[in-house]
Amino acid sequence: MPGSPTLPAGPGVGYKPQHYNAILTDPAPVTWLEIHAENYMGDGGRPLAQLRHLAERFPISVHGVGLSIGGEGRLDPDHLARLKHLCDWLQPASFSEHLAWSTHDGAFLNDLLPLPYTAATLTRVADHIDELQEALGRRMLLENPSSYLAFAESEMSETDFLRAVADRTGCGLLLDVNNVFVSATNLGLDARAYVADFPIEKVGELHLGGHDEDHDDHGAPLLIDSHGRAVADPVWALLDVVLDRLGPAPLLIEWDTDVPDWPVLAAEAARGQAALTRAGERAAA
Amino acid sequence: MIAPAPPTDQAHLRAAILDPAQPVPQGLQDGAGRPAGRRFSVYRNNVAVSLTEALIDGFPACYRLLGDETFRGMAGAYLRVHPPASPLMMHFGQALPAFLDAAPQLARMRWMGDLARLELALRSAYHAADGAPLPHATLAAIPPEALPDQRFGLVPALRVLRSDWPVLSIHVKALDPTAPTAQPGAEDVLITRTDYDPQAHLLAPGDVAFLAALRAGDTLATAIAAGAAVNTDHDPAAILTLLMQTASLTASLTAAEPAVQTN
Repeated sequence: MPGSPTLPAGPGVGYKPQHYNAILTDPAPVTWLEIHAENYMGDGGRPLAQLRHLAERFPISVHGVGLSIGGEGRLDPDHLARLKHLCDWLQPASFSEHLAWSTHDGAFLNDLLPLPYTAATLTRVADHIDELQEALGRRMLLENPSSYLAFAESEMSETDFLRAVADRTGCGLLLDVNNVFVSATNLGLDARAYVADFPIEKVGELHLGGHDEDHDDHGAPLLIDSHGRAVADPVWALLDVVLDRLGPAPLLIEWDTDVPDWPVLAAEAARGQAALTRAGERAAA
Repeated sequence: MIAPAPPTDQAHLRAAILDPAQPVPQGLQDGAGRPAGRRFSVYRNNVAVSLTEALIDGFPACYRLLGDETFRGMAGAYLRVHPPASPLMMHFGQALPAFLDAAPQLARMRWMGDLARLELALRSAYHAADGAPLPHATLAAIPPEALPDQRFGLVPALRVLRSDWPVLSIHVKALDPTAPTAQPGAEDVLITRTDYDPQAHLLAPGDVAFLAALRAGDTLATAIAAGAAVNTDHDPAAILTLLMQTASLTASLTAAEPAVQTN
């Protein structure tokens, strides 16, 4: 199957099977799709048949959610082989994973769990990314996490950590703008300063998703990265700041729980397209 | 002396995430340096809720029959003992049937484990490799006198489940309350997948032996004899017709001779 060399600098969406017919009938303004790698690791049946069909029409981004790149143990060789098998036959336009851990001692916890930003973590993450990129024979994008807490032992900022990982491994970065907003709110940081400090030249893809609002023990806002609603207005505003630094880029809308009908998701993608267009006009002015 | 592991290593975090009775690990804080407190509960909640929802999605009939509160309670206990062994959530819940078999509160619903086995088999059939079923024309072209010597394979999605309970009737009734109430008695179940959606069928006595012989690479005549050995009234035409109608027969992988000779 001919893969696409790169993702287009336009709006994409996280693919949900219930949108299959709508996407084939009228995908506009969506120009590419992202899948969660682990949902396409069965031996056959509908998921793989749909993916084969979609890949003939759209550039595909494979987004892993289960490799546990930040895990203290070694990467699961079986899972590495499954990722390689998927990327080998699909030839996706992009492969990305998370700065997080999810597996320890053989138990997969199905969540993206946090890491302390220390020299030891940096070495481990960089070694795992080296191993992954070598196995896949391609450059990956590493996504910034959404944080609900911080580690007392952290020695550097998240942006410094990501820059160091990218420098050591040659990997690119996936900048999740909602995660920046969520983490900054939760940890009392300045989201715009985070964006200003982000190694923007490494960014190959942007994510946007919805979050829920809660509070911590002290009544401070605690935002939850739920991907279960529309993107919040302050996150769209932060996207404008990102685009003014970055320029046009592949822009993904994530909506993973309480998934809406296709027109609602397409409207979010159209809002993303409008943001890209406005950023282009600002750059030209 | 070996220094104790720092409290924020992943073994400690994993244990504290899976067990809400444990204290929040030290060294986790908010942006102002205060203890993380319920911020840590976000991770506990994400893990427990996402794994529970995965079990609800994977075992819809068990969920209906146990009810939301009981199912969530049992799921919470299960996921702490048997967290997923791989990131492939499509496989999560393999140990749930045995877990339900052993659950004291299900002493009056001993069939629940088999119901979970049926739901696992349906899910596994959904993700099974695509088969290469023999076209109807190929099957129709086999001369009747050549049929007894034919060997067939079975598509990878095919599953057989034997139960001491009316497991298929219970499954149907759980998902369709207008269906007839299950009557006591053992049921054997065949799962087929013609295109993408698995279907469960009730098997007759003798069918399982017939299918086992086909799967072992025996000839149709041998399979018919195997069915008759279990049930003198076994009707091989009925099960063979079902296999043909559901596109479940493939060329034999084990036959010394070509699977289908039409001359």
